[in-house]
Amino acid sequence: MRVSPQLQIILVAGVIITLGLGLTLYKKFELGFPLTPGQQQVVWTVESKISFKPVGGPIEITMVLPKPQAGWNILDDHFASSGFEFLIHQLDEQRQAKWARESLDRKTTLYYKLEVYRASTLGLEKSPVPSVIGPELTADRLAAMASVTSLLKQYLHDPVVFTKELLGLLLQGDNQDLDFLLARQEDRPLDVIMDILALANIPYQAVKGIFLEDGRRRQTLDTLIEIHDGERWHVFNPLSAEQGLPENFFVWQRGTQAILNVMGGERSSLEFAIVKNKLPIKTVLFMEQNLDEQLLLDFSIYSLPVEQQGVFKGLLLIPVGALVVVLLRVLVGIRTAGTFMPILIALAFIQTTLLAGIFVFLLVVGMGLWIRFYLSFLNLLLVARITAVVIVVIFLMSALSIVSYKLGFEQLLTVTFLPTIILAWTIERMSILWEEEGGHEVLIQGSGSLFAATLAYLLMSVELVKHLTFNFPELMICLLGIVLLLGRYTGYRLVELYRFRDLGKLDE
Amino acid sequence: MKWATPSQLRKQGILGMNSRNVDYIGRSNERRLYPLVDNKLKTKNAAIEMGMSVPKLIGVVEIQHEVEELEQLLDGIKQFVIKPAQGSGGRGILVIKDRQGNDFIKTTGELISFQDVRRHTSNILSGLYSLGGRVDVAMIEDMIDFDPMLSKYSYEGVPDIRVIIYHGYPVMAMMRCSTHASDGKANLHQGAVGVGIDILSGCSLYAVQNGNKISQHPDTHHSFDELKLPHWDEILRLAASCYEMTDLGYFGADIVLDEKNGPVVLELNARPGLAIQMANQAGLKKRLKTIDSMKVIKQPLKIRIELAQQLFAAQQR
Repeated sequence: MRVSPQLQIILVAGVIITLGLGLTLYKKFELGFPLTPGQQQVVWTVESKISFKPVGGPIEITMVLPKPQAGWNILDDHFASSGFEFLIHQLDEQRQAKWARESLDRKTTLYYKLEVYRASTLGLEKSPVPSVIGPELTADRLAAMASVTSLLKQYLHDPVVFTKELLGLLLQGDNQDLDFLLARQEDRPLDVIMDILALANIPYQAVKGIFLEDGRRRQTLDTLIEIHDGERWHVFNPLSAEQGLPENFFVWQRGTQAILNVMGGERSSLEFAIVKNKLPIKTVLFMEQNLDEQLLLDFSIYSLPVEQQGVFKGLLLIPVGALVVVLLRVLVGIRTAGTFMPILIALAFIQTTLLAGIFVFLLVVGMGLWIRFYLSFLNLLLVARITAVVIVVIFLMSALSIVSYKLGFEQLLTVTFLPTIILAWTIERMSILWEEEGGHEVLIQGSGSLFAATLAYLLMSVELVKHLTFNFPELMICLLGIVLLLGRYTGYRLVELYRFRDLGKLDE
Repeated sequence: MKWATPSQLRKQGILGMNSRNVDYIGRSNERRLYPLVDNKLKTKNAAIEMGMSVPKLIGVVEIQHEVEELEQLLDGIKQFVIKPAQGSGGRGILVIKDRQGNDFIKTTGELISFQDVRRHTSNILSGLYSLGGRVDVAMIEDMIDFDPMLSKYSYEGVPDIRVIIYHGYPVMAMMRCSTHASDGKANLHQGAVGVGIDILSGCSLYAVQNGNKISQHPDTHHSFDELKLPHWDEILRLAASCYEMTDLGYFGADIVLDEKNGPVVLELNARPGLAIQMANQAGLKKRLKTIDSMKVIKQPLKIRIELAQQLFAAQQR
């Protein structure tokens, strides 16, 4: 039996749309994925890079892994350890990762990536108080420390005030004894603080962790110091003398034990790259419970590294923009310059914001057209001319950026987000259109494109649309089905109802 | 001015753009047949092979290097047309009607230098006027001396006759007359006048410019009422015989009337526009359906034309 193409399309589209909707509903009702964005939760991705240079012989690297504390939760972690024997084991309630290898001959980097978020801003939990061990010091250093302690002796009864004053003194930097203690290069302020605290018989321990800042690439471990006043722990930032755990400080480990231990290597370093992301709270909670259990989730975009997730956030919006363009062209009959130009412009608008984007677009295209008219007198070959236009466009963009920055219109700096090649092509096409069909046609297609871009932008920037495309990529299959159906739409376009208005009334 | 409703248009059998693309172009035109009509050089060669009359080819410029030899090629030729083989919508066509010293005179009376002609040819080769910017070749052919009888209906350009051919049947026809507004081009959306032509008699039916009915040419002020195309049967025969040449189920044949050679095929269009319906004040879809509903569609050329003339003859005005 032969099935007509019309019926085939309807069948295929029907199956596709049902499939997409079915998957979506399954995710909603069986897995409990939220359909609306709801509240947002900041999730940090921390990529740790362990670099070292082998010295020959077997290599063993151990790293203490963070555990959830002070309200921080770990959503997911991930290791990259090609060629190494790798295992994780539990040691005194701390998880430890261990990489081992018989031999290695070049500088190597190991990766450990984790996703963390702060569910609540709790303080640090209770932890056993270590006994104070007096430091072993040379006599002159001991004397200098005693002098510092005696300076602060009126605070000795209250360890919290004592620590605060000590840190304050260090921050001021005009104490001769402290200057002496810190004179040598290997003297770290933290060690000096710890030694003085020990001399004053105050129990202390280090709190190691990372200050989370979006986009930081070579962040290193920072150390806070906490002291025990007999009842509970108090955290101080030695760099600012501030008390309390900073909100963006991810606690890796408490205690003086080293986090990274490299055997058989030298010049080892531990660096972090940090990316901030916003996810719906419900999704975060849900991922925490189900990440490993559900096959559908394991193959979802959430299983990708966060940086790639960010890329997909943009990519998954493109079908929505494309649908707008298809609808406008097939159902309404609006003429645009090229099919995908409006979508790319709309994507650029997301970065530039709408009004600034339209303004900058018109400005660059307008000026570009003007220069292009001059170029057309120079008798250039097509490729050379387009290249010339590209260069001119880039020049215009930089000039616009500089001028607007000097004048204080920082909005216009976003001109860099407009795709250069698209601008150049638009200018080229428009100028040919102008020469061949007149300014009228340029106006029609230009405004058609801008209208489509604006509409696509408005739809793509709806929070719900963003949420749905990212969390339910299955809906893309539905879009595919709809587009297939639109491809077989043979009814009239909206503009045709106007164009053929006289013909419709022939009988009257 | 009120808009039409979809049901009104459907009742009149008006063909819309979507339906044209899906139901007719998509269904009756195989993609592999397109190059023959999209490339005017191939069309011309095929037409010559079929023994059809076409404008004489003076030469072809295929690579940039040959642009240098243009001067020898054009030596002693006063009237010629340079056009891209794969141009669309009449883009990139340069018509020279005379020479003056070293310069050339365009049909608009504008004077251009040999340098301009060379640049134009070079632009054609680099694909400036072609679909998708493909590298192209430039064709140089004889300028059409169009029938002086038609000159009162055209301003600064060659009037051509567009016949829509469906499965070999001429279903609708119009004459396209250039105007001052259309810059000598015969494209309706640029402001040229479309004159509906009765398939039976070759007489004019209605005239429209920019979608509005008019009764006389806006520049020459001649009334279209008395227009009756000479050689009408020959025009129909020429247009319909292109079906045998191309195998395309749905296309538009563009015919011009040359003073010496009579009707010649200028080019074919696999995606003919819809404005012809306004010039005829009739729906195209109604006629296409008439063809579809015929018991035997495959017929020899002569019978096809006779049938079409019977079926689509205009009612007396």
